[in-house]
Amino acid sequence: MSTATQDSAVSSGKITRTFIYLVLLMSALFYLLPFFVMLVNSLKPLAEITGGNMMALPQTWTIEPWLKAWSTAQIGVEATGLKPYFLNSILMVVPAVVISTGIGALNGYVLTKWRFRGDTLLFGLLLFSCFIPFQIVLIPMATILGKIGLAGSIPGLVLVHVVYGVGFTTLYYRNYYAAFPTELVHAAMIDGAGFFRIFWRIMLPVSGPITVVSVIWQFTNVWNDFLFGASFGGQTQPMTVALNNLVQSSTGVKEYNVHFAGAILAALPTLLVYIVAGRYFVRGLMAGSVKG
Amino acid sequence: MANYASDTDFRTKLQGWIPKLVLSPSIAMMLVFVYGFILYTVYLSFTGSKMLPKYDLIGIDNYVRLWGLSTWWTAVTNLAIFASLYIIICTVIGLTLAILLDQKIRGEGMLRPIYLYPMALSFIVTGTAWKWFLDPGIGLENTMHLWGWESFEFGWIKDRNMAIYTIVIAAVWQTSGFVMAMFLAGLRGIDNEILKAAQIDGASNWNLYRRIVIPMLRPAFLSAFVILAHLAVKSYDLVIALTGGGPGRATELPATFMYSYTFTRNQMGTGAASAVIMLMTIAAIMMPYLYAELKEKS
Amino acid sequence: MGFLDISNVTKSYGNVEVLHHVDIAVQEGEFLVLVGPSGCGKSTLLNMIAGLEDITDGDISIKGRVMNGVHPSKRNIAMVFQSYALYPNMTVGQNMTFGLEMHGVEKSKRDKALADVAKLLQIEPLLDRKPGQLSGGQRQRVAMGRALVREPDVFLFDEPLSNLDAKLRVDMRTEIKKLHEKLKTTIVYVTHDQIEAMTLSTRIAVMNGGYVQQLGTPKEIYDTPTNLFVATFMGSPAMNILPTKVAMIDGQPHAEIIDGSGQAVSLPFSQTNMADWVGKEILLGIRPEALTDPEGADRKSTNIATLQNTVDVIEPAGADTFVTTTLGGVNVIARMRADTEIATGQKFDFAVNMDKAVVFDPITKNRIKP
Repeated sequence: MSTATQDSAVSSGKITRTFIYLVLLMSALFYLLPFFVMLVNSLKPLAEITGGNMMALPQTWTIEPWLKAWSTAQIGVEATGLKPYFLNSILMVVPAVVISTGIGALNGYVLTKWRFRGDTLLFGLLLFSCFIPFQIVLIPMATILGKIGLAGSIPGLVLVHVVYGVGFTTLYYRNYYAAFPTELVHAAMIDGAGFFRIFWRIMLPVSGPITVVSVIWQFTNVWNDFLFGASFGGQTQPMTVALNNLVQSSTGVKEYNVHFAGAILAALPTLLVYIVAGRYFVRGLMAGSVKG
Repeated sequence: MANYASDTDFRTKLQGWIPKLVLSPSIAMMLVFVYGFILYTVYLSFTGSKMLPKYDLIGIDNYVRLWGLSTWWTAVTNLAIFASLYIIICTVIGLTLAILLDQKIRGEGMLRPIYLYPMALSFIVTGTAWKWFLDPGIGLENTMHLWGWESFEFGWIKDRNMAIYTIVIAAVWQTSGFVMAMFLAGLRGIDNEILKAAQIDGASNWNLYRRIVIPMLRPAFLSAFVILAHLAVKSYDLVIALTGGGPGRATELPATFMYSYTFTRNQMGTGAASAVIMLMTIAAIMMPYLYAELKEKS
Repeated sequence: MGFLDISNVTKSYGNVEVLHHVDIAVQEGEFLVLVGPSGCGKSTLLNMIAGLEDITDGDISIKGRVMNGVHPSKRNIAMVFQSYALYPNMTVGQNMTFGLEMHGVEKSKRDKALADVAKLLQIEPLLDRKPGQLSGGQRQRVAMGRALVREPDVFLFDEPLSNLDAKLRVDMRTEIKKLHEKLKTTIVYVTHDQIEAMTLSTRIAVMNGGYVQQLGTPKEIYDTPTNLFVATFMGSPAMNILPTKVAMIDGQPHAEIIDGSGQAVSLPFSQTNMADWVGKEILLGIRPEALTDPEGADRKSTNIATLQNTVDVIEPAGADTFVTTTLGGVNVIARMRADTEIATGQKFDFAVNMDKAVVFDPITKNRIKP
């Protein structure tokens, strides 16, 4: 009998285990390959790509494609590189994440610790709004943003991402706070703390794990969004839209190495966040939103 | 005699209102930007709007027109193919990897992030990578030729009939790791004593999984289905980046159809009608799920 | 009028009334225990005193001030919760003084109050630790400390010992009792454990189904329960309830019981008004300690009856030996001295202390008072 670990009840033979490892490693290859190819080829001169093997390491290493993608590549009509769009994305993501997470935390707190008649229905409506196909709101959103003068601007994109992100952040905080003992809130009430004081002094200090989840989720979603950026970005397009313009541009030679460098640049922030805090995200996600 | 010191304890009353006040901006936002907008789009779908919204009701003409368009039929058929393959393959791969990873694997901590990282990427990035990887001229086919396998052919992305499957491949690559994580969480949540009991009852590994473990993963299956189904219906960016809807219109999906009809072809009424149909599809999937979830929790 | 008055208090959720017209007047310095099975309404009542739940009807007043609608923090009460409800992000010291801070008490006074209470509860070495680093017993003390620091008019305890293991529970019970005797504070204490209720309280309110079944001192509750529920809920092992017929023998009313072999045995009542019940069915309540071996019977009793019956099960429990036998068609438990010589299957002489027997009307389930 093996020791009592998670899966101690399942044992298997040597051949089976070799097979299992083989399958797992092949799968790892499947997931790694496209990114590996992209990375390798972003460091090659163009001639090596069109004339050579995509799996091969560069014969001449160059960071020229990266520099070009960043600062001089033709995006749409202007040769600005991806730099200004990267900045746009940052300016859009930071406020959108902060605001939607803050609102989500307060909503989750109200919906679990200050319950009232009909709160479940309201939460249900909020939750459903996370899942709607955004095509259903594109037309009126374009109209409204135009009317309030936010069309084609960073604040307009922030507004859009806050509006459609609050459902998810509320979901995370609600599930997290639901497991937080209500007796603590009662104790604080008897001690004389009011609504906001309880939130600041009692709830927020223990909200670290779920805040990580909410921030990563929102950051990834907002950074990676394409539909809203393409629809409402106007002149202040985010990174994803710019990357698509770069890759799809039909003028001149297709500079694959520059495209790859650009794609990696666009993926870098989320990948970085994922590498640094992904562990906490998965843990929090497993505990919170996804009931397994 | 009773000394009502606090007939109107202001603070207590205020405390009763604060939570609702705090929640109200979100509720207002939701009512306007989600449900108000939905109603507005539904209304537009019954009007003759072209480039700009118009408010003349023309009945169900847009829907009749929509279902008469071969492009729309292509989009719907594509969605049916894409969604069913995407959901099935993601579930199979996710479940398999989760079960294999749950066998006390050395290096699980290394493998898990490798399976998961694609979900951190934008669909645009995924599309860019796969577009090129699948390109017969410089991608996989070319590599195989260079490695000496001259007869290898893989030109799906340029093939009208097969291009939709390349979208499935890229989408599966992006999401199956996430599905794996969901199943793994489910597996780790199963009480180990149940597994021991089944083994003492003489169940083989195969039967253990088939009869005990997989049925117990029902909630994870349900969550995975709901998440994948709604992602499938909403799929837009990946098509744009990978095939641009082509070759020709071979890989149009309702999401890309809606966008091009509304904003580039100036058929807003028809576009709105297609958006309404997309919403109804998602509602049909989500409503029962959300209802059951919320009912159970409250 | 009491120090804490609960008058005609009713609680409903929607159309469902869960507490019905509760009337309790608690005097200053009293230790009132609300006891009952889960769902009896005891915690609801406590939460209403605390202000954590609204009062549907009736009044709750403390020191003559009606508290309906008053915020919990303005009632000058303190509460000890079942889970202790210690703020996980604050140290023990911060936990204990949080309430004073919220009430605007200045730092020097807070520190003084904290030092006094920490000394009283002997938790001085713990003040800088976080709740997560404490054992169950220590958390319990801190939770009590947090309540004590406030110097409230009324202490509310919500099943404070139910998360502790058996031994610690007994220790803390003694400690709470000591504390009460020393500080003479007014306490309302909720528990489902009847032993806690008996040992701690100056008065007990036994609750069931949203009604106060009986309100009285522990002795009143134990010796003269008003109805069958109180009789069987309080006491462990529970009171034996025997279906019995009343018969007149030699001019005196007797309880006629069918013994294990199907024979009728009769026991003379000590209670004087049983003549009215001759020929009728009653329920005879005999506590296990009133059914013993002849040597162990209460010497002060005026009315010890004996009956011979077969021993079914013997359970030695160290201090006592519990013996199960069949009387009146039901299992009956007798409590005997530990070294009673007795064997399973044996015909044994049981001594019944009829002075301690209580009688219930089988229809109303209420006690037939002497």
